[in-house]
Amino acid sequence: MTRWLALLLVAMLPLAACERESRRYRELPAASSRASSTRVSDLVPGQPASSDLVLSPYQENAYGIAEGKRLYSAFNCNGCHAMGGGGIGPALMDSKWIYGSTPDQIYSTISQGRPDGMPSFGPRVPSQQIWQLVAYVQSLSVQVPRDAESGRNDDMNARQPELRLDRLPPRNTGHR
Amino acid sequence: MPAIIQSALHPAGPQAASISHLWWLMFWTCSVVYVVVIGALLVAIRRRRDEGGSTDERSLTRSVAAATGVTVVILFGLLFASVATGRAVASLGSAEGLVIDVTGNQWWWDVTYENPTPSLQVKTANELHIPVGRQVRIQLKSNDVIHSFWVPNLHGKMDLIPGRQTAIWLQADTPGVYRGQCAEYCGLQHANMALTVIAEASDDFERWLVAQRQPAPPPASPEQQRGLEVVERGPCAMCHTVVGTSAGGRTAPDLTHIATRSTIAAGTAPNTRGYLAGWITDPQHMKPGAKMPSTGLSADELQAVLAYLETLK
Repeated sequence: MTRWLALLLVAMLPLAACERESRRYRELPAASSRASSTRVSDLVPGQPASSDLVLSPYQENAYGIAEGKRLYSAFNCNGCHAMGGGGIGPALMDSKWIYGSTPDQIYSTISQGRPDGMPSFGPRVPSQQIWQLVAYVQSLSVQVPRDAESGRNDDMNARQPELRLDRLPPRNTGHR
Repeated sequence: MPAIIQSALHPAGPQAASISHLWWLMFWTCSVVYVVVIGALLVAIRRRRDEGGSTDERSLTRSVAAATGVTVVILFGLLFASVATGRAVASLGSAEGLVIDVTGNQWWWDVTYENPTPSLQVKTANELHIPVGRQVRIQLKSNDVIHSFWVPNLHGKMDLIPGRQTAIWLQADTPGVYRGQCAEYCGLQHANMALTVIAEASDDFERWLVAQRQPAPPPASPEQQRGLEVVERGPCAMCHTVVGTSAGGRTAPDLTHIATRSTIAAGTAPNTRGYLAGWITDPQHMKPGAKMPSTGLSADELQAVLAYLETLK
């Protein structure tokens, strides 16, 4: 009897893997309010401000990252940044970050725009989609968990899917 | 607008007619076979073992052989009928045919009326106007996953495969409004991926085509003007196109003549001001998983956008 019970328990183990993540279709409560005061440089006047990290709501969410990947082409991010290797705009899959690598810094870069070419998408792209783009941009240098990374590209692409890229520790350079 | 029908048993074109002939042939053949087999089974059940007592091997062999013979003849008959239908269905195709590109997306249909002159091309979504009695070549592509184009009143199914083009010829002989839908599971909102086919007289079709080529009319009132500004500078223009304005996104349905269409969100809801307002405010409530996000427009902006969209005839 106990043997059968144990067997049943073992058979039920795979159920533990269900609901690894949920897909959220509705807009999340805006975590973006803090992004307006995001600092993009380590240089600050006076006392260093406390740096509590604002996490992207989609950072560990495969669906959110995949949506970010779709929007990356749909919103023509690849027009300047190519498929991550950069062109007119800086590369996104290397370790260099001009305006910071944390999710809130990337959010404000997309939302506010940056000098020399990066337009401000804040009024045009709903914050949910900006967060999805943030998650995807992070996945390009593997700042997100491996099991949430995209394992294949939808189109022909010279670069490997994000899952096969190398994890690059971010460096804040402040220039290209 | 007449009632929309979706049924392979109400054919509106030559191909659907031959498909429905085949269906009725198979239906009646199988019905007769079913009745005969069940009848034989009932006789066998009711007959007592000692009754008649005929255990004659030879007569048994004869009846089994006869049944086998009849089965083979029926199956071959159906095979021939099926092959003949297949040939009849594939016989359409002419150089004068109207060419329409239909691209499947999660979860809507992008429709382009081809023309060698780019300014004469027409783009619309989830709605297909075709002239009655003229052959139409539908060229099918997919932007994401496999879909399947199926308008039961006109033809069978044809898959849309990412990375390649398939084609299907249609002809509608009876004017009417026919509903089609995606017939290959393509994700969460597969069930809400419908398209409307409007078969109309040649003159009406030409008139429609000419009207669709016009750019969006300029806004006539201050509210509509405000609506246009929101469309151009707000989130709409990231994905949608309104010809004649600066809104030129290409990842979502073309809105240039949205007010002429009967449904929104690929047949999910009727195209009325109320449904449209609900859809723009919270698409994820009406069609969870759809690629349109909540736009977060304020009440004024929403009303202005609605006032503007209603002018896009």
